[in-house]
Amino acid sequence: MLEVTGLHVAYGGIQAVRSITFHVNKGEMVALIGANGAGKSSTLKAISRVIDAVGGDVHFCGEKISRIAPHHIIRKGIALVPEGRGVFPRLSVAENLAMGAFMRDDKAGIAVDLEKIYGYFPRLKERVAQLAGTLSGGEQQMLAIGRALMSRPKMLLLDEPSMGLAPIMVQKIFEVIRIVAAEGMTTLLIEQNAKLALESSQRGYVMESGEITLTGESASLLNDPKVRAAYLGE
Amino acid sequence: MKRRRKAPFPHIAVDLRLMDIFLQQIINGLVQGSIYALVALGYTMVYGIMGLINFAHGEVVMIGTLVTITVAGTMIKAGMPVVLAGFAGISVAVLVCIALGWGLERIAYRPLRNAPRLTPLITAIGMSIVLQNMAMIIWGRNYMTFPPLFPKIQYEFAGANFTAVQVIIVLVSALTMGGLLLLVYRTKLGMAMRATAQNPAVASLMGVNINRVIAAAFVIGSALGAVAGVMVGSYYEIAHYQMGFMLGLKAFTAAVLGGIGNLGGAMAGGILLGLIEALGAGYIGDLTGGFLGSHYQDIFAFIVLIGVLMFKPSGLFGEKTGDRA
Repeated sequence: MLEVTGLHVAYGGIQAVRSITFHVNKGEMVALIGANGAGKSSTLKAISRVIDAVGGDVHFCGEKISRIAPHHIIRKGIALVPEGRGVFPRLSVAENLAMGAFMRDDKAGIAVDLEKIYGYFPRLKERVAQLAGTLSGGEQQMLAIGRALMSRPKMLLLDEPSMGLAPIMVQKIFEVIRIVAAEGMTTLLIEQNAKLALESSQRGYVMESGEITLTGESASLLNDPKVRAAYLGE
Repeated sequence: MKRRRKAPFPHIAVDLRLMDIFLQQIINGLVQGSIYALVALGYTMVYGIMGLINFAHGEVVMIGTLVTITVAGTMIKAGMPVVLAGFAGISVAVLVCIALGWGLERIAYRPLRNAPRLTPLITAIGMSIVLQNMAMIIWGRNYMTFPPLFPKIQYEFAGANFTAVQVIIVLVSALTMGGLLLLVYRTKLGMAMRATAQNPAVASLMGVNINRVIAAAFVIGSALGAVAGVMVGSYYEIAHYQMGFMLGLKAFTAAVLGGIGNLGGAMAGGILLGLIEALGAGYIGDLTGGFLGSHYQDIFAFIVLIGVLMFKPSGLFGEKTGDRA
């Protein structure tokens, strides 16, 4: 469904992503793990066109999307939950969710999806009128995920959803991520928490200094001695 | 504006006159403040969304005034009814200003979207000079008479005088600002504008075309500017190609006073600045023992600007003092 070939990202002279190639199949959750600064976020930003790639191609559902305008990405069916959540602090929870459905016109469908998201995250429903900036970090992450789902995407890109959250919050949020994935959502998950990411996904890629150094079934990566040593603290 | 009457009883004259001036200057201040508020909104909307101070905005207002003079003035001279001429003049002024605001963004600022902050700021000053000179070429150097679009009626209330034009200015400003608030807080475009102001990268992830939202801010701000231009023209009854400079600077002061980037702040800042100026001008003679006269009223805006920048750079309703230039 998503095919990334030879993607290259650089900031000035600094090579953040060196010509990586990977793919995500329909209905699959794939984890991209690696240390801080390995180039995971840059990869996601380049796919979602927040930043320009220097080279390489991205195809989604057979269509080349690596040169389209950033605001068209969501229209193709890709929703990004950005690093650091990126909620609109001075919009209410309801308005943030409405922004997720910005490019949709089907009022009835939007209402259905809204109820679904309140079902995933009842906490959001309790705080509809509250400004997003006043929510806790975990609630903001819920909101960011809910907002992405409001676009009724074909594919979800998650950038470090566990970052900076209390373990109990991480659990709650991953519960929902797994439910959404189990309902058939194609998902690309980026995580520093390698254990969590590999336990939630079917396949994984390991990134190091801008390159993919290892790939395989998540279960086997979890047992790989190199992965265990480098990312699981053993 | 400020009439000083000879009081029949010299020993109590000062007190009577002071009270008389007070109400009169409150009225004058509200009227002037409504105009500042309308113009300040143009500064604050653009700043809120892209962090740019569009110094050419005062010139957009000036062109709104001059276009109205040309269109409405010509039609009235041709013997057409004033109502029709006024309506046509205002409509054409709004359209011209919208085109101007859109063109400014497109030609002068969009190519500099990723340039260092100082670059578009200097460009803005440059555009202001370009527009002034263009207006001078088109309309000449002389003061022009603004056609009387509104009836000349005087009212008196508790010793203070005010005119129908003044009432119209306050009403039109209030309605326009109300409309703007509805647009920003009740429509999808408004929501997209607020989202873009808060986080442009994420807004574009949601499918918002940032370029279009920025253009919308310019277009709406310029339309408000055109309305303000008609109001200024009707109020002073004269216009000039340099009139946008001081007006723009004062409206900018009003926006800073209210907290630049904040819509409600621009409105409150405009009214407040109008009041400060009017009261200051009304009493400056008494305060300085006649040393400075009311023609020194311009200093108050700049005292306010300097004071705000020194003591509360985020303004009255500003939320943060960022690193924005």
